[in-house]
Amino acid sequence: MSVLPAEILSGRAHRGAQAAAPSGAPAEPLAPRARLLPALAAVYRAQLSRARVARIPLLFVATFQSVGIMVLMRGVVDGGAEAQAVVAGSSVLVVAFVALNLLAQYFGQLRADGGLDHYATLPVPPAAVVLGTAAAYASFTVPGTLVTAVTGCALFGLPMGNLWVLAAVVPLAGAALAGLGAALGLLAPRPELATLLGQLGMSAALLLGVLPPERLPSAVQYARDLLPSTYGVEAFSRTFAAEPDWALVALDLLVCGAVGVASLAAATWAYRRAAVR
Amino acid sequence: MCAVRDLVKTYPAVRGRRGAPGTPAVRANDKVTFDIRRGEIFGLLGPNGAGKSTLVRQLTGLMRPDEGSIEILGHDIVRHPERAARILAYLGQESTALDELSVALAAETTARLRGLTAADARAERDAVLDELGLTELASRPVKKLSGGQRRLACLASALVAERPLLVLDEPTTAMDPVARRAVWAAVDRRRAEYGTTVLLVTHNVIEAETVLDRVAVLDRGRVIACDTPVGLKERVAGEVRVELVWREQAPLDVPEVAALRDIAVRSGRRWSLRLAPDEARAALAAVTGGAAFSALDDFTLATPSLEDVYLALGGDTRNLKGLVKT
Repeated sequence: MSVLPAEILSGRAHRGAQAAAPSGAPAEPLAPRARLLPALAAVYRAQLSRARVARIPLLFVATFQSVGIMVLMRGVVDGGAEAQAVVAGSSVLVVAFVALNLLAQYFGQLRADGGLDHYATLPVPPAAVVLGTAAAYASFTVPGTLVTAVTGCALFGLPMGNLWVLAAVVPLAGAALAGLGAALGLLAPRPELATLLGQLGMSAALLLGVLPPERLPSAVQYARDLLPSTYGVEAFSRTFAAEPDWALVALDLLVCGAVGVASLAAATWAYRRAAVR
Repeated sequence: MCAVRDLVKTYPAVRGRRGAPGTPAVRANDKVTFDIRRGEIFGLLGPNGAGKSTLVRQLTGLMRPDEGSIEILGHDIVRHPERAARILAYLGQESTALDELSVALAAETTARLRGLTAADARAERDAVLDELGLTELASRPVKKLSGGQRRLACLASALVAERPLLVLDEPTTAMDPVARRAVWAAVDRRRAEYGTTVLLVTHNVIEAETVLDRVAVLDRGRVIACDTPVGLKERVAGEVRVELVWREQAPLDVPEVAALRDIAVRSGRRWSLRLAPDEARAALAAVTGGAAFSALDDFTLATPSLEDVYLALGGDTRNLKGLVKT
């Protein structure tokens, strides 16, 4: 009946009988903590490897969705500022889909299944887990965002000379949306709620980011101002102008970055709260 | 090495919602007290719902106790739960965090997150995969492995980077004998080389009897006994266990069988009885002779196991199916 070979059991009795340390003995040294940056890099690398398995099909979905929206909107808007807003909004929507929606689902699932225990029993700073994961999700969005932006420029005949600004828009909007997504996923009491919140956040990014703001009622315009991705959309759409106002672009990106810092801080707090129950 | 005193944890009552009845407050741990000595394999044995996992979650700093104290290597884990991560390695029952990683990356990442440098983490990863016989599976995603292999991959992540205390929550679930042997060989090597202490959570009585140095038996949140497996079994030394398996139904028209029915722990067509040796002889004579024998499929006579100890100590017989013997 026993599955254990006798040789590994021999000698167990006397080895097990060592004396216990008396209580009140001085505390023994602890193993070192993992430092923030190496831990962040390790989490980032691990999360990025997940992309190969699970995320690439979803990235296709995100890209096709955005391209499809642009094709639809081609019949509605007639070039100019509206077209710029549609292309910028659709590009940032890819970021919202992955960084907000998928990340909220991931953290919601991880929390519900007890997967957070794995990280919580490792001496790793909470910020490393949250930032590493958020950064990986934001990175997944780069190819989709690029494809969407290039396709949009081709569809609406917009200049592609300033697309380099995506190098700033994707990480900053990505930070803001990923922080929001992670916080939603970690705070939601049930994984279905995390999924729902992620979907709602993405719908908000879709409606408020893609539809030209001039056509929205004023209440919705205020809501638009509250959504972190809006500033990324605005910054990006300004660069399609013949002579972009770079000061305003920088200001929008600054707001985006500030919201990103705040939402990542909130996500880190949410992680701490979710890890020790 | 690890001292637990008067630990109490109560899960609050959940109020019922529409259609779903509420649950009353559950005292998952009730004044739990025990010591783990350095270098031993200490076991927590009990059926599901006995409070094992709740206890372990408090020891690993994942949950704060309502009352009581936990001291590991001189550190107060109730006041500083974050220190637990720097003392122990924990193998939980879930693998969600590692599921989509490859076996090698899961171990390497965990080593990095335990504070190892990149080079050390790679070396540790290779060593532990080799030790557990996982090298051939190194590039496979954990999720794609069979249950036992997945468990082994998670154990690899728990063992990577040395820790003085290993907390393993049912590590050998779903493993085949080869994998189990690899697990206990790896644990034993760490004990011999580093004096590693192991806290093992199990509901497998055979495993408890064979690998544990000492065992705390948990039932409904309380420690009902704490001793060596041999010491515990001496408490029921005067008894033997008779297992009867009927072909279809027990022949209750045989008076001896009808009498046994009341003292047997019945599970379908399988009856389990704890009897004094002469009673056991009489019972076996009754069922192996005459009318009862044709209805009998199989029987065994065995010395008592920790399962019998659990019962003799007042363990809940309804929970007995929660203890397994494989």
